[in-house]
Amino acid sequence: MLRKSNREVLSKLSEIGNEIYSEIERGEFPRIRIPSRTTSNIVFDEELGQFVLGDQRSLRSAANIKQIRSLTQLLWVASFAKRLVSEEKSSTLRDLYYHSLNYGIKFRDQTESDDTVTDLETLLGEPREGFNIFPKERSAIFGDLEIEYTTPETHKGRRVNLGSNPDGVMVGLSVAQADFLSCKADKVFVIEKNAVFRRFIEERVYDKFNAILIDTAGQAPRLARLLIRRLNQELGLPVYLLTDADPWGMHIAMVIIRGSANAAHLRELTTVKAKWVGLWATDIKRFSLPSFPLTKLDEERIRLLEEDMRYRDFEWQSELQEFKKTKRRAELEAFSAHGLTAIVDKYLPKKLKMIEEG
Amino acid sequence: MSREKFQSISAADFFYRNREIAGFDNPVRATYTIIRELVENALDACEQYSIPPDVRTKLIDEGNSIYRIRVEDNGIGVPYDQVPYAFGQILFGSKYTLRQSRGIFGLGGKMAVLYGQITAHSSVKVLSSTGGFEKYFYELNINVQENKPIIRRKEVTPNPGRWRGTIIEFSFEGDYIRAKPKVVEYFRQTSILLPYANILFIDPDGTLYRFDKITDEMPKPAETVKPHPYGVDLEIVHRMINATRSSTMVDFLVNNFHRVGAATAMNFLKEAKISQNANPRTLDSKDLLRLVNKMKEYDGFQPPDAQCLSPIGEELLKKGIIREFRPEYVAVTQRGASAYAGYPFIVEAAIAYGGDIPITPQDEMLVFRFANKIPLLYDLHSDVTMKVIKKINWQRYRLDLSSMPLAFFVHICATKVPYKTVGKEYIADRPEVEYEIEWALKTCARDVRNHLAKKEKADIVQRRLSVFEKYLPMIAQFSTELAGNGKPPDYEKVLRRVQAHAKEVEQRSLVEAE
Repeated sequence: MLRKSNREVLSKLSEIGNEIYSEIERGEFPRIRIPSRTTSNIVFDEELGQFVLGDQRSLRSAANIKQIRSLTQLLWVASFAKRLVSEEKSSTLRDLYYHSLNYGIKFRDQTESDDTVTDLETLLGEPREGFNIFPKERSAIFGDLEIEYTTPETHKGRRVNLGSNPDGVMVGLSVAQADFLSCKADKVFVIEKNAVFRRFIEERVYDKFNAILIDTAGQAPRLARLLIRRLNQELGLPVYLLTDADPWGMHIAMVIIRGSANAAHLRELTTVKAKWVGLWATDIKRFSLPSFPLTKLDEERIRLLEEDMRYRDFEWQSELQEFKKTKRRAELEAFSAHGLTAIVDKYLPKKLKMIEEG
Repeated sequence: MSREKFQSISAADFFYRNREIAGFDNPVRATYTIIRELVENALDACEQYSIPPDVRTKLIDEGNSIYRIRVEDNGIGVPYDQVPYAFGQILFGSKYTLRQSRGIFGLGGKMAVLYGQITAHSSVKVLSSTGGFEKYFYELNINVQENKPIIRRKEVTPNPGRWRGTIIEFSFEGDYIRAKPKVVEYFRQTSILLPYANILFIDPDGTLYRFDKITDEMPKPAETVKPHPYGVDLEIVHRMINATRSSTMVDFLVNNFHRVGAATAMNFLKEAKISQNANPRTLDSKDLLRLVNKMKEYDGFQPPDAQCLSPIGEELLKKGIIREFRPEYVAVTQRGASAYAGYPFIVEAAIAYGGDIPITPQDEMLVFRFANKIPLLYDLHSDVTMKVIKKINWQRYRLDLSSMPLAFFVHICATKVPYKTVGKEYIADRPEVEYEIEWALKTCARDVRNHLAKKEKADIVQRRLSVFEKYLPMIAQFSTELAGNGKPPDYEKVLRRVQAHAKEVEQRSLVEAE
């Protein structure tokens, strides 16, 4: 999937270059219009169930003294991306920032170069992974899934079973872009926390529940989200999300399901059918879990989420209300209070049943 | 001086007893005042006859606080028989006529000589020639009690080179070390106003201060005028009547007053209830008082005109300031003639920006004041100019006195400068004078603001251009790489559009500034 879009990315990039090139030749001020990412232009798409950008366009024109610099930066990032993709190399945001220093492209700081990368994502409608710029990897996958690498050139065609490494396999570009060969699992558990992910491996959850385990280590990186989406769409595996019972954990689940506002310019990262199995606010009482009072920051966050379009479904709203009522939060590790295996033996079967019964 | 009638008064004694009022209160002040008075006389001797001044001053330390001063000019020269009176008698000069000159009665120079005689027992040596076949040397003293010159020595020598001018030399008790800053500043500021003068000063340390002329152009000399009716008092009128040969009041007024014709005189006399044909000498003291009071009230007199004044003019003022400060910009203005209390005056002003002008804190502003071409170096903060500067809202002109390199120049020329004290150091805030200074400075301020606005726009245009010059080649290069083309596109056409636009903006701002 990414391989295909690599070609698309290349043709889009050269299209942009051609346009600018001929504008200059005609003696016109080169300009680029990109969808605006201001909050007023971020709208919720009912059909896609995610945030998308509206119709507003912002201009990067060489005729405007205030825009010529950012136009130049955007074109540099574009030419950098072209080199990456055509040479099958990859880079990170930080690496790109350092490269810029070589070219007399002055970014004030990395935030500015990161923003310019986001501009290019918006312009191309592709995540930066599509032009080989990757974030630092921290998510991992474990399970009985046989894959065949497609990149890089050195590993092309090599096969690996993702259950072979008891620490899990890091979800990087090569894993996210690999072809799926065979899969014995019939579901995916996505876990917010590495400690719980490890516990699940130790407790043979992959076996007991016939599941693939993914550790997002907090907010899921885009490659992890891409991989989750592929598992759901290409293999038809149901996806279950496990997070802490607090507004932050809840939102980790939400971003996997419906995307983030930050990535409103991107599609094909969301897994709309993924299910949040917990911990719910109501689980605290249901399983008599040790809990802590909500902080001010937590309550502030809840208020924000209440007004978020993504949270308007009844189930999500009622969980938010429960938080507001109990003013308590709990972590996934809280099950340890009921014994090492409680989360696997008691909680998971019960919650999965609850969800299936709807 | 020679062409004017002098009338002696018994003044030497008076000034001897009151020398502090003329600026001789201590050795420091006396050093400054002596140099100033002699240089001013020298400059007057040139300028009033349209001779570009070439004035050389030398001060020699003779030890024991005694200094010898020598001032040489290329002025009109003093006629042979006038020399003893011009330098050896305290005079009351220029009888009942007014014109702009540095000293009013030619008093300062003689005071200087008198001071030398008192403090250093020095006689004054004068060498002068009007450019004829002879030059003449005098050594003189003043008889203080009788106010008469004592001629010690007199020599007439041939003048084959037709030299013309005056050299005066005498000794006095002074303190140059402490007077030095003011003396040097005096020469410097004098030169600002006289770009057509060569001024040279060698101080006792042997340092040469030299200000060379940069133009031969000179302002027209001031003409002598009669006093205006608004500007006289009972005593002056009384003396005028004693001296007049007119036998009727109409004649008296027409002959002795500035801008009074027969018709004006007759109308005025009717108003004053004094007979037109009355002999002025027969007026009793009550009539005289009424006459003088009516003169101040009567509104039928023509205002005084300015032919008796000799302003520097905008061009020369500018040149002088440029020579001294090499500023980025100078705004100069000359106001029309105005009058206070019957004395005509003209205000000239300038504001200079940038160049050698430093940025000064607001309480050390560079303010240069001149009155009848004399720099005023004392009591800036009591001066009307300072009052005006404090009053003006400079922000309206986008000038910030504490962060911009600005210098202010104000020159007042008048037949009688409204000094607040006899020391000729600062100017009183007469409303008429204040008004003229205010508008002169505001006019300059507007000019400077326009210059700065223009410059700012030009800067912006230039900065814009350089931004385009920097980024367009990059855009061209990156687009070439993206498109996979061989050679970059020609961006000159785009750049030319930017340049054309820049020119347009510049022209627009020029039009706006005008």
